[in-house]
Amino acid sequence: MIDYLTFVLLIGGGGFFLAGTVGLVRFPDVYSRLHALTKADNVGLGLMVAGLAVQAESWAVVGKLLLIWMLVLLAGASVSYLVAQGALQRRIRPWQR
Amino acid sequence: MNAAFFYAIAGVVLFSLGLHALIMHRHLLRKILALNVMGSGVFLMLAALAKRTGTTIPDPVPHAMVITGIVVAVAATALALVLMLRLSAATGHAVLPDEEHE
Amino acid sequence: MATLTTVGLIIDALLALGLMGLAWRVLANPDLFKAIVLFIAFGLVMALSWVRLEAPDIALAEAAIGAGLTGALLLGAFAKLRNAQTVAAVETSGTAHGTAHGIRSIALLIFILLLATGLGYVVWSLPAEDIGLSDAVAAHLDTSGVSNPVTAVLLNFRGYDTLLEMMVLLLALLGVWSLGDTAVHRESAPDPVLDTLSRTLTPLLILVAAYLLWAGAHAPGGAFQAGAVLAAAGVLLLLTGWRLPAALAAQPLRLVLVAGPAIFLALAVVTLLMEGRLLQFPPAWAGRLILVIETAATISIGVTLVALFRGAPPADEDRQ
Repeated sequence: MIDYLTFVLLIGGGGFFLAGTVGLVRFPDVYSRLHALTKADNVGLGLMVAGLAVQAESWAVVGKLLLIWMLVLLAGASVSYLVAQGALQRRIRPWQR
Repeated sequence: MNAAFFYAIAGVVLFSLGLHALIMHRHLLRKILALNVMGSGVFLMLAALAKRTGTTIPDPVPHAMVITGIVVAVAATALALVLMLRLSAATGHAVLPDEEHE
Repeated sequence: MATLTTVGLIIDALLALGLMGLAWRVLANPDLFKAIVLFIAFGLVMALSWVRLEAPDIALAEAAIGAGLTGALLLGAFAKLRNAQTVAAVETSGTAHGTAHGIRSIALLIFILLLATGLGYVVWSLPAEDIGLSDAVAAHLDTSGVSNPVTAVLLNFRGYDTLLEMMVLLLALLGVWSLGDTAVHRESAPDPVLDTLSRTLTPLLILVAAYLLWAGAHAPGGAFQAGAVLAAAGVLLLLTGWRLPAALAAQPLRLVLVAGPAIFLALAVVTLLMEGRLLQFPPAWAGRLILVIETAATISIGVTLVALFRGAPPADEDRQ
């Protein structure tokens, strides 16, 4: 029963990662790509962490998994901000239709 | 058909690709990239062949060798990059002097 | 469970193909920046392959050192190279020009193909099951002082290799320091996001490094992985513009750099004198000795890797 829950959560997380990657490949400029990447990957990782936390043996392991997710959120947000800053400094214009 | 052999063959291919690029490219940064890819190929071969133990744990000695190799590779890469920067500062191009006039 | 092994095989095949394809793109891409970024991605896919090959220690080391630190080194060198030259000169992939070299490139291609086929055939014809040394290691694991077989091999059974490896790291740093110019450091306020990130992450990274060091005795981890995490903290600090204060950058820095190899070497000499064999740890002391070596090694490796990333030697007062 727990295994099926893990299965569903992991596949769901993988689906979000796939969506983020499709966005990375198909979006027209760096800003929208960053948007797709960080948002989708954060949710995807959250679902995967949830799937693994269900299988964990103790609360300490769940805590460590949550810490990993928090760290990826923090790093992803900061790095995407820095990349967008760098792109603005290089005068890369956001895509206009 | 052991899964480990997939990775061993991939390691051979990586090594060959890296060797080809190492000889073909003139730019030193590409040569350094090629050396790193070659190193990764060797590590992949070592660790893949270490997995053939059957039911017990994989052979830990090649694993230790690969960890050592990764650290030595990063040290060598750092030294090679500084050498390349010095060469490019002295001659203006990041290319070995004997290959510059080909 | 048969479906699980087939899925596993498919994943392994996909990973192996992905590695080969990524390597091709890294080496054949005309844009050097893209090649370096693809190389970092290649390192991360390698880390996945290590997990599939049941080598979590290697996966940790590859993700931290192979993908992370090597990528940072390559990007830093690329930035310095691009600042010093015109963009056009940097982008030259520079394969041999002219038809006179056509024969040479075809000969090279044939040679590489023959080499690859020969190596592939040799690897394929190896026996499918080979116990290797895993039985020998498992038999002596309880006398080694740790319960992680890779740590036991690294620091006890093959401790001599690890001692030499730390000397190699130090040698590389000496080479980098003799070649680099003392860089001029311009004081500039770092971006507030980067500043906050480094303030939040640095203490956490130090904690994680200490945990990896401790866990290396019974779980995947160890001195090199912990040292790499420390190096990541140091690189992050360097990127915000922080530099070691001049008083600490002279003697104390050199002391810390040498401490790891020196303690290891001292222990090697002591064991040589007391037990008659180099690095022969008495089983009762082995666990504690390994912990001492690993702690010194972690700090030394972390600081050495950060110094390798920095490139320039610290400014000395007695240097012109």
